[in-house]
Amino acid sequence: MRIIPALLVAALAMPLLHNNALAQTKKDKPKTETKDSEDEELMDILDDKSAPKKKEYTSATFKATRIVNGHSIENVGKGVLDFRIAHRFGSLAGGASSFFGLDGAVTALAFDYGVTDWLMVGIMRSTYEKEYEGYTKIKLLRQTTNNSMPVSVSYMGAMSVQSMPAPTLPAGQEWFFSNRLFYVNQLLIARKMNRWLSLQLMPTHIHYNLVPTSGEPNNTIAMGLGGRIKLSNRIALTGEYHYRLPDAQLNGYKNAVSVGVDIETGGHVFQLIFTNASTISERAFIGQTVDDWGKGDIHFGFNISRVFTIVRPKGFDESRNKVW
Amino acid sequence: MKRIASVLVVLCITQSAMAQKYMTRTGKVSFYSSTPLENIEAINNETASVLDSKSGDFIFQVPIKSFKFQKALMQEHFNENYMESDKYPKSEYKGKVSNISAVNFAKDGTYNVTSAGKLNIHGVIKDVSIPATITVKGKSITIASKFNVKPEDYKIGIPKLVEGKIAKEIEVTVNNILEQK
Repeated sequence: MRIIPALLVAALAMPLLHNNALAQTKKDKPKTETKDSEDEELMDILDDKSAPKKKEYTSATFKATRIVNGHSIENVGKGVLDFRIAHRFGSLAGGASSFFGLDGAVTALAFDYGVTDWLMVGIMRSTYEKEYEGYTKIKLLRQTTNNSMPVSVSYMGAMSVQSMPAPTLPAGQEWFFSNRLFYVNQLLIARKMNRWLSLQLMPTHIHYNLVPTSGEPNNTIAMGLGGRIKLSNRIALTGEYHYRLPDAQLNGYKNAVSVGVDIETGGHVFQLIFTNASTISERAFIGQTVDDWGKGDIHFGFNISRVFTIVRPKGFDESRNKVW
Repeated sequence: MKRIASVLVVLCITQSAMAQKYMTRTGKVSFYSSTPLENIEAINNETASVLDSKSGDFIFQVPIKSFKFQKALMQEHFNENYMESDKYPKSEYKGKVSNISAVNFAKDGTYNVTSAGKLNIHGVIKDVSIPATITVKGKSITIASKFNVKPEDYKIGIPKLVEGKIAKEIEVTVNNILEQK
């Protein structure tokens, strides 16, 4: 725009004036360019490709350390203790006479602790068969934001003991303590597809030291599929299904299907769930679910999780007033 | 070509003035939210900033995911629920020190400056004016500043349930040591 009047003036006026006008436009142009180029140059310095690129891990694939019943890929943070209360009420099919299942409930209390960012250990006591369980979850691989690692993989191992009174056996037969033991090995393979969708596969092996009849296998093999859909920043829908291989399962049990809603408020996560499994430990709900979703034998339940920071990371005390 | 040309132009224009760029990638920024119920603090050591000592142009970039909290869950909520760092990975301040000529980069000392520019947090850009001090020491300068940010201004939603725990105004402290480039 400036050039046009300058040229007009140049065309009409003396050669001397012409030169002046050209000089004027020349001076103007670099000035406006300089402002932009300086900003650009500063950005270029910041965007320097030689700058070390940090590998960034995907975070918050799931909201809690459990998807619905079973473990998610998430661990609690280092130095964080997670106190969990879980309830599974009786079957809704019981109707009004059992207050839609609220009359009877399986409950569990659990403490999960993050030893490091990749190692979590936990203990749980559940009312079903008076079971004590110890478990550990280890992060093996972590999904990265640049997809150089497309999935997160964790191992979950659990061992539990039921503490029901020993059965009365015929004379001469012995009841071994080892009859009470259960072992679970589980691989968790998860991918956060995007901000709102996460999926997880859970190949599971359960070993029952004692099975009801000699014809049944001691090992149950199952494949689990779980996922969550975020509805808002604080609310998510979750679901979980465990398929037991026909050749490696106990007789007379059903596959567990569960759906839930995660609600997060500050340091709490509430998980409200509907499931055909009335039990809480892995060996029980994956391998020994009695009820049939199709017959309306659905249980309402919830998990409440409250975290406590036991070991605080260093460097925070009054750091805002500290001169670095 | 455009880049070469602009670099040439910059070289020509700034030759005599000895303009210097100062920069860092390990600048520190922290914020502090104080309420009777809970104090929340987070520290970030991965701030990148660059200053042109001639023009006073200044850019300051903060990767949101690099904020470290005392509580791991807070850090997750900060990223997931409040800052939405997947959508808005960086906060940026792009400004100009208005009285840059008051700073003698050749002489050690502390100088008070003010800068005006655009602050981008959570994808919301606001015009702000931020006071700071520039401390010159040899070939490095320290930019220090303290200012308040209202989460509300940047469309950072705080649910009723935790309203009492998060301050209406959050104090941001900046301390960046920039080296001559």
